[in-house]
Amino acid sequence: MVVEEKIIKSIRFGILSPDEIRRMSVTAIVTSELYDEDGRPIQGGLMDPRLGAVSPGQICPTCGNDAKTCPGHFGHIELARPVIHVGFIKHIYDILRSTCRRCGRIKLPEAELTRYVSLLRKLKERWPLLAKMLVAAIKKRASKVMVCPHCGERQYKIVLEKPYNFYEERPEGKVFLNPLEVRSRLERVPDEDAELLGLDPKEARPEWMVLTVLPVPPIHVRPSIVLETGIRAEDDLTHKLADIVRTNERLRELLDAGAPQALIDEHWMLLQYHVATYFDNELPRIPVARHRSGRPLKGLAQRLKGKEGRFRGNLSGKRVDYSARTVISPDPYISINEVGVPIEIAKVLTVRMPVTPWNIEEARRYVLNGPDKWPGANYVITPEGRKIDLRYADRKKIAESLAPGWYVERHLRDGDIVLFNRQPSLHRMSMMGHIVKVMPGKTFRLNLLVCPPYNADFDGDEMNLHVPRTEEAQAEARELMLVQYHILSPRYGGPIIGGLQDYISGAYLLTIKATLLTKEDVAELLAAGGYKGELPEPAILSPKVRWTGKQIVSLFLPKDFNFKGKARVSSGIFACDNEFCLNDSYIVIKKGELLLGVLDKKAIGAEQPENMMHWLVKEYGTDFARKLYDTLFRVFIRFIEKRGFTMTIDDVALPREAREEVKKIIREAEQEVYRLIELYKQGKLEPIPGRTLEETLEMKILDVLSAARKKVEDIVVNYLDPFNNVFIMARTGARGNELNITQMAALLGQQSVRGERIYRGYRDRYLPHFKPGDLGAAARGFVYSSFYDGLSPIEVFFHAAGGREGLVDTAVRTSQSGYMQRRLINALQDLRVEYDGTTRLPDGTIVQFVYGEDGVDPMKSAHGKAVNIDREIERVIGWRI
Amino acid sequence: MPKSTKRKKTFNILEHELVPKHEIVPPEEAVKILRELGVRPEQLPWIRVTDPVARMLGAKPGDIIRIYRKSPTAGEIVVYRYVVGY
Repeated sequence: MVVEEKIIKSIRFGILSPDEIRRMSVTAIVTSELYDEDGRPIQGGLMDPRLGAVSPGQICPTCGNDAKTCPGHFGHIELARPVIHVGFIKHIYDILRSTCRRCGRIKLPEAELTRYVSLLRKLKERWPLLAKMLVAAIKKRASKVMVCPHCGERQYKIVLEKPYNFYEERPEGKVFLNPLEVRSRLERVPDEDAELLGLDPKEARPEWMVLTVLPVPPIHVRPSIVLETGIRAEDDLTHKLADIVRTNERLRELLDAGAPQALIDEHWMLLQYHVATYFDNELPRIPVARHRSGRPLKGLAQRLKGKEGRFRGNLSGKRVDYSARTVISPDPYISINEVGVPIEIAKVLTVRMPVTPWNIEEARRYVLNGPDKWPGANYVITPEGRKIDLRYADRKKIAESLAPGWYVERHLRDGDIVLFNRQPSLHRMSMMGHIVKVMPGKTFRLNLLVCPPYNADFDGDEMNLHVPRTEEAQAEARELMLVQYHILSPRYGGPIIGGLQDYISGAYLLTIKATLLTKEDVAELLAAGGYKGELPEPAILSPKVRWTGKQIVSLFLPKDFNFKGKARVSSGIFACDNEFCLNDSYIVIKKGELLLGVLDKKAIGAEQPENMMHWLVKEYGTDFARKLYDTLFRVFIRFIEKRGFTMTIDDVALPREAREEVKKIIREAEQEVYRLIELYKQGKLEPIPGRTLEETLEMKILDVLSAARKKVEDIVVNYLDPFNNVFIMARTGARGNELNITQMAALLGQQSVRGERIYRGYRDRYLPHFKPGDLGAAARGFVYSSFYDGLSPIEVFFHAAGGREGLVDTAVRTSQSGYMQRRLINALQDLRVEYDGTTRLPDGTIVQFVYGEDGVDPMKSAHGKAVNIDREIERVIGWRI
Repeated sequence: MPKSTKRKKTFNILEHELVPKHEIVPPEEAVKILRELGVRPEQLPWIRVTDPVARMLGAKPGDIIRIYRKSPTAGEIVVYRYVVGY
């Protein structure tokens, strides 16, 4: 098929003139009846068959096409009296105000107008934006003139009563301008003046903004649905049009019969209302038109507007084929590049495979398996382009006639590339390429290490999967979108893929000094990591042969890799600043040997820039990094499984001395609070500059209480065994922090709402258990208990109030940041970095003279800089001592 | 000394510490810069003649202003602006 190539040179918008509406119409609509007694559409009704064929088998009386090819044809309604088109209300208002009520000229002197005409034409050529501003200025100046400079007519102020009624403020009072009057005024505006008002009179005469003829869209635009019961349900637009026709015919009858003016006006206004709500049923200050059931009708504007409207819902984004969605669940035994796809889904999603001499046997096998047996095929396409459904065909026969030149729509199989996505798609890592691995079960499986980029967990999250169909799309997905190419985030340059939770605890436990492994242990761990080399010399030979966890890790590191840096556990008594520290919290890797230090969140965690994984990815490439994620990280998991890891309530049990100390601190803080309150009551409290006395007191009390909590935290950290499991998790960064532990072990501390102590509830007190005006810690939400002890009933209420705020905040924040993201994307989507390093708009306008002002791609940078000199020197001259 | 077009001068905003260094680019140099960037003057970011800095410099529509800005990523950066009327 040869398609003639055409190029769009320009697009011009205009308003349909009454003549044009009649010309494009195939029939006038004269009756609000839709069907006769036999259920056949009535000629001249809204379902007139001449408006287009919709049901299969029907031939269009207008164009002779069937339902599939008939484009639909417009009809029209001759309005008995003109009505205002609400969509143009603003323009009509502007024109009425800036032109003379008698002669229709713009209310500016003739000389000025001629000057403006030539100026406007010049501006339109080169500065369309300025032309718009000139038009606005003309309107503004003209509407202020109260005597017409052309005919000397006195002008009156015109007011618009929303949404569509115009009044003139004459000396004798407010006079309604009916649409007929409005239209005749617009008719009087000469073409040259219309141009100065921003209209192109050839395409849009002002009077066309007042409707005398209403176009009726084809049935395709407002199809009726037949319910199972056989009852036809008409589209909202059809209902609305029927209302218009009904009122229109009634109005015509009244006019013909010479009915009293009041009655005519009433029906005229009703017609105006129906036409207005047909265009937009969310107009302010008028009641919405409703369906019989009470549901508001959808006007034309409602079809286009908003998230589910034509633009955002059907044009910018649409539902697609070759996609799947289901719940996700974890599988640490597949690669980070893979995704587990249920067989059921693999049998529905297909790829079009061309049959060649090299794969013809395979293709035959797929055809023979058919649509129900995986790996099979759902369709074959003959060289003529005919699609054969394998559900109903003789598969043996087709398999035999298969030859190069045919295509087979085969099932998804292992090794295919797909796009995997989780909403909200906030950054590019929200949609990455994965390699299919077909599995039993009904969920998508993904490696835990790719949870951070998707921000996924497994509490019921669902994800979408898309199959790229063309070879180009598949190649792009494989070479650009594959997970391993997104290990480094362009946001801050660090790895966004990395261990979490058990991976971190596991890595830590494996690499601490206390871990000594037997040969069997080592074998098991290395098997989990798929290691196939020699075992290293054991670290301990006597009395028994033992390996350290660090040796295991070293086996997976490149032999020329050097690294040093603090571990996350390096704090408090375990702090380390250099490689000569005995606390084992300074990581030293020389020549691929992990010599010192433990691996924790800072070494292997996600979203930790400048860590060990970051340098490994940068210096050894993504292929190597992927392998490391698929092997070493499996070792960590295997180790923690082997060792076992749990948490008990005893992990947060404080010894008696510690509890005494905590009590003492709280008591002291309480006394301090009372002292402050006393001071306040005596009026001796010195206010902080810029604060009231009350605010000062609140701030001081909060300071005292939070200082107390901090002190308690220190005690808890001091007394708890640093190697109990809860504390290990907090220290390594696997889960939780020291504050969480303090709250479990010692005290919850101050609960707050909006950063203030909790005081709302009863008058001058939160709960009736307190004295009114009690400012003490307990009365304002300080919780003395810990989760270990359990909260008192009153404390529970304080805790609930604070907890609720957190929930509300997250709900509010997500919607707000979502909207901001949308606006940013819409504003920035067309920017691009050109080859000369400038950031530009598509028309070549410069936005930034150098991208990011330094021209650095953060994804390929070292901590925001183009190069890290120290690291490079180190690499070239080797390890410096 | 930069000349202000209107109003009584109270102080020179160009000397304020938060205002980066601005200067009018001589026409010959401006042509060179435009050729280097491969742009028409109106494809540069705009600055109005009514902008206080442009007024202070006495710039006219059609001029190009060079600004030396401090940048958190690159230390100092040079940007250009095209002076437009209205």
